[in-house]
Order: sequence, then C-alpha cells, then structure tokens
Amino acid sequence: MMDDKKLYVSSSPHFQGNSSTRKIMLDVIIALIPATIAACVIFGMKSLTLVGICVSSCVLSEYLARKIMKRDTTIGDLSAVVTGLLLALNLPVNINPLIAVFGSIFAIVVVKQMFGGIGMNFVNPALAARIVLLVSFPSSMMSYPPAFFYRNADVVTSATPLGAQKGAFSYIDLLLGNCSGCIGEVCALALILGGVYLVIRKVISPVIPCVYIGTAVLMSLLVGADPLYQVLSGGLLLGAIFMATDYTTSPITFWGKVIFAAGCAILTILLRTYSNMPEGVSFSIILMNILVPHIENLTTPKTLGFVKKAKGDKK
Amino acid sequence: MGESNFPKRAYKTHGGVKVPHNKNTKNAQSIVMPAPKMVALPMSQHIGAPCTPVVKAGDRVDVGQVIAKSDAFVSAPIHSSVSGIVKKIDKITMPNGMRVDAVFIESDGEMRVYEDIKPPKVENLSDLISAVRESGLVGLGGAGFPSSVKLNIPSDKNVDTMIINVAECEPYITSDHREVIENSWDIMSGIYSIKDILGIHRVIIGIENNKPDAIKILSDIAENSVDKDDEVKVLPLKASYPHGAEKILIKACTGREVPVGGLPSDAGVLVMNVTTISFLSRYLKTGMPLVSRRLTIDGSAVKNPCNVIVPIGTQIKDIIEFCGGYKEDPKKILMGGPMMGTALCDDSLYVLKQNNAILAFGEKEARLSQPSACIRCGRCVKACPMKLMPEELSNAVDRKDTAAMKKYNILNCMECGCCSFSCPAKRKLVQNIRLGKQILNDEKKAQMSKGGKA
Repeated sequence: MMDDKKLYVSSSPHFQGNSSTRKIMLDVIIALIPATIAACVIFGMKSLTLVGICVSSCVLSEYLARKIMKRDTTIGDLSAVVTGLLLALNLPVNINPLIAVFGSIFAIVVVKQMFGGIGMNFVNPALAARIVLLVSFPSSMMSYPPAFFYRNADVVTSATPLGAQKGAFSYIDLLLGNCSGCIGEVCALALILGGVYLVIRKVISPVIPCVYIGTAVLMSLLVGADPLYQVLSGGLLLGAIFMATDYTTSPITFWGKVIFAAGCAILTILLRTYSNMPEGVSFSIILMNILVPHIENLTTPKTLGFVKKAKGDKK
Repeated sequence: MGESNFPKRAYKTHGGVKVPHNKNTKNAQSIVMPAPKMVALPMSQHIGAPCTPVVKAGDRVDVGQVIAKSDAFVSAPIHSSVSGIVKKIDKITMPNGMRVDAVFIESDGEMRVYEDIKPPKVENLSDLISAVRESGLVGLGGAGFPSSVKLNIPSDKNVDTMIINVAECEPYITSDHREVIENSWDIMSGIYSIKDILGIHRVIIGIENNKPDAIKILSDIAENSVDKDDEVKVLPLKASYPHGAEKILIKACTGREVPVGGLPSDAGVLVMNVTTISFLSRYLKTGMPLVSRRLTIDGSAVKNPCNVIVPIGTQIKDIIEFCGGYKEDPKKILMGGPMMGTALCDDSLYVLKQNNAILAFGEKEARLSQPSACIRCGRCVKACPMKLMPEELSNAVDRKDTAAMKKYNILNCMECGCCSFSCPAKRKLVQNIRLGKQILNDEKKAQMSKGGKA
C-alpha cells in the first residue's frame, strides 16, 4: 500500500502548541499601540517619525548584522521591531534623528547580536541604548518639550513631573499624559491598557508589574514621597509593564520574578530620591538584569517529590 | 473508613498543558476484528526480561496457550492470540528500533480455545500474584509494566490507597473510556476482588471531566449498588494533560508526592489502569489470558476512526485495512498518543500488549516546525508537571554538562512533553532531555566498568 512512501519518524511529542515567538512579539507591538497613539496626540506626528526611524534602523541593523555574521535572518520574529518601538518610546520627541539611529544600532548590534541574538542578551537592549544615549548626549536626552507644544510654539522645553516642583501636575494630568517626558512614558492610561492586554493574552505574568508597583508604593511611603505621584510619573509604568517583563532579561521562576521586581522598585525610588538624577527606572532595571542568573539560581523550584516527608496526606 | 477519607475535589497539581482532545471515537462501540492470517508475538512486550519461546516451528497452538515465558521476576509470559501453526521464530524490529525474536503464528481462522484454560483459584495474595503472572498481564495504559510485580508490594510499604487510572489524558485515545462504557461491571468487580485481597480500604477512581458519561456510570455503580462499605469513590479531575501520569495522578487524587526516585508504594499508593483491572476481573472469572485488546484507530489519515478489539500480534497494516484503510497517504504513524507515543518507521509492525492506539497522520499534522532560539519566556517551566526547569536542562544537555543535569534533576523528568508542546520557539526540549538521560546513563556505565577494572 505504501511501498516507497516514507514516514516521518521523530521523538515524541508529535503535537506542538500554536504559540510562536512571532505571535508573542506581535502581541507586545499591539500592546504598545495605545502608548504610541497617545505619543502622537500629545507630542504631535513627529513622534510617529521618531518611531519609524527607530524601528526601521533596528530592523535594518539586525538584518545586516546577521548577514555579516553569516547567520539566519531573524527579522521575521519581529523582536527587532519591539526593540525599536520601545527605544523610540523612551526618547524625547525633539531628539536629533541621528542620535536615535545610533541608539538603535547600539541596541541591536552591540547589546543583542554581539551576545548571540534573541534570547541571549544579558540586559534589555532598548534600555541599554537609552542609557548610552543618556550618558553620551545628556543635553538632547534631557530636553523635553511640554505636552501639546505644537499648539503653542513659544515654549521650547519644560520640566518633567519628576524634575518639576511638587504639585506642578495633577494625577489626572499624569494619567492622561498632559506633561512632558519621553514620548511613550507620559500617558499612564495607555500603558496600563497595554499591560492589561498583555496579561489577558498571557504574554506576561502580572507578577513583575504588580510587585514593581506595589514595592514602589511602599518605598515611596518609606522615603516620604507621594506614592501615587511616584508610580504615575516618569518611566515607572513603561518600565514595570514593558521593560522589566522582557523575557530574556527577567527571571523565569515565580519567586525570582518577585525578587527581581522588588529590587527594581527599591532601586528606582532610591535613585529618584537620593541621586542627582530625576529618573532611575532605566538604571535600576539594567542593574537587576545583571543579577538575573543569580536570582534564578537562588529560586530554582523544588521538583515534585523533593519533600522528604512524602507520607501522609498533606492538608 | 468513612467518607471523610476521600478528597472532596482533586488536589492541585503544577503545570500541565491544554492539548486538543480530539476524542472522535468516544461514542464508537468497539468492533471485534476477526483473526488475521498471521500474527507475530515479540518476546519483549513488557518492561523487564524478555521471554524465551517454548514452542517451535510446526507446533499447533490454540488461543491462550503459553508460547513463551521467562523465569525472571520482572517479566510476563506470552500466549498465543490465535489458533493455528507456528510458522517460524525470527527477528523483528520493535517500534523502538530493537531487534527481538518473535513467534510467527499462521492462523487457521478457527480461534479454538486452549483446552487447559480454566478460572484460577485465588484465595490469598500469593495465589493472586501467581495467577496474574500466569495471565501475562502488563499495565495496559501504555508502559507495559508486569502487573504481577506491581501487585507484589514489598511488605515494608504501607499501601492504603488504590487509584484506578481513567484519566486518559492523551489526545485521540478513547480505549479506556470505551472500556468503562462497555465493561463497567467488570471494572467494579475487579476493584472489589483486588482491594479485598490486598486489604486496601480506599479506592479512588480518577477520571478527567471530559468523560461525563464514564463518570456517571462508575459513580452510579459505586454509590448505589455494590459499594456497601463506601470504600470506592469516583474523583473527577480537570481535563489537563498529563493527569494520567502516575505521579501526577497520585498528587491529584491524594495530595501525596512520590519521592524522587521512589515508587508509588513509597507514597502508600497502588495505581492500576482501568483496562488492566477490567481484564483482571474477566481473567479471574474465565481464566483466559491476555490475548486481545482494544485499540483506538484514529488520525487525519484514517478513513473510519474507530475502536477495535484485535488479537495481540496483529499487523498494523491489517488493522487499518479492516477499519477501511487510509484516507490519504500517511506521513506519520504512531503507536500510542501524540504526546508520548512512538513514531513507527512503517505500518508492518505488530500490536503489542500495552498498545492502546494506532494513529496515522497526513502531511499537515506530521510536519513539525523548525526550532528557533529560546526567548526565555518560561512557558516550559510553567508547564512542567514535575516542577523542573526544562530550558535549563536542555541547555545543560547541549553543553554535555552532567553536573548541571543532575543539579536540575534530569532523572525526575517523565518525558510527558509538556515543555516541547508549550514552547513558542518550538524547541525540542524533552527530546534533548531524553538524550541527556542517555548521556548520564553512559557516563555511569563508563564509571562502573572503570571501577571494575581497578
């Protein structure tokens, strides 16, 4: 019946689930759409140009880097798009496009591809690029135009909520993004919307964002800052929802996630309060990224049956 | 022993994945296949020592006659599944690639029953164990562990619970489900004879809740008619793969954990597959050894998915032809389910005692995606029912790092495949872990031979 028709032989399982790297990355992109739209509304269509520049230079540099290294092209998994999008959302709108291109190349080539590509980078590429830009071009990275500046061209720069006097912005302003800052971080509502989408789609577990925000609230109370103001302002939500939950650079284990997120939050509030920088999210996440292998080592789950007292029903 | 001893609901287990059930044959009454022209009975149809033939070419054999046996403790004799003439004893290739001797019997189509078959006399435990040994019974759920060994619980173990495994968590397979529907009374009487002889006063029947009809039938019998002492209870389980795996089933039914490297008896539990117990009950009544069994025939390449009762040793090709043949060219044929079954190199192999399904798939289902880089999403860790870290294990195997394999408990992996199933990068995690176990095994052997020389 099947004389010369050969059969496939493989080791079990013979079924695969229908998730894929590309679908996951697509979900992250969808989750970032509200924040991108908010950026366009608040800072004008220049935001969209910035996003376009970062995304295209990320994808192009990934393609070229893989070509030069003679490896398979991986731009199809959309992870370079996510890196570009996240980097753009972490930049001020008036930044020199060349600086943005430099940041994208740094994120993809140095941080991601030089360490082996997707899944191998030891820190978050977008955040590492942001920090490099922050250190290399502090003045252009720190000049934030006020929200809706394109309707009132007189004002060139404005203080961010964390740099401004206390009480300069109301909670509603922070929630809707009526304040200055990086294009993606200002509108808390859009970020929360994206986070809820990711949790519903089971792309991220809510552990890291919840612990991050919860610990930030506790730490603010401890150092005497306004907790809600701390959570809603600056890059905390963008960091807690999209940066700290990056698969590659966050722990896999449950307790690892808890320790990691709590560490990020403690460092963030400490940096915000006691360092001479207004913002601390990027640095704290990067620092915790480096600790991930150690955190994971400490929190390896106990295998089933590890408990020596296996006799008797446990209730 | 009152009701309070039984859990009200199943205990929580870690991990597991939602596989498509595809139980297309759950309402299909089993069909009995007539004797094929030829059967082949390999000498190794169980875990343990292979048997040696006690017949030779030219001998006349009847259904139920012993054709091969072994004196080893862990083994089970093999009986002729048809009546006819022994043609030859020759090597055949097993699904796992091993070459073993097999007895080929040409059937005369009469299915004459062997004259010495009579119900065994079972009065105490040792009678039961020797009778079960004579019956050739092995675990019919898939592993093929000789049942007589399983029932021979070491005296230092205090086994107080028997679990009947009706989880049947593999996609497609419905042979245990049909056993419950078609032979529910056999199951109950089997449970009763075993539990009284073993002195077990708590029997939990674990069934996944995707089989409401089976739950109802067994609960009705257990609640109303025979179970006067109230010692048998049906426990519905969440339909999640792999609830049928022994250690997971024990956890779900009793909350106990089998210690690493231990046996169910270390947790005070005896687990029996439902078809095994049902066969045992019939054997105690009739004395007919294990010569036939029910198989689920399904898959996208099969024309008429069905359940069929076949003589053991029937060629897979014959069974598929009996069921209407192929709908399209098969590209992958599995012995067992899609999660843990063995892929066959062709359809000329023979049905073994522990087979519960033959699945044939077309090109679309047979092809698996290419693996890409791990993105460390952690889905494998979340899915692992044994609470291992499959990605760490797989990386350790890639590095051939035996210390890391041991550190992450590679030997506690039961190869259920949840990690590979849930991996978005389609990585061959469990496949790699299997390789790692082999590396550890080789290392151990090398060390032992070195130690022997010194």
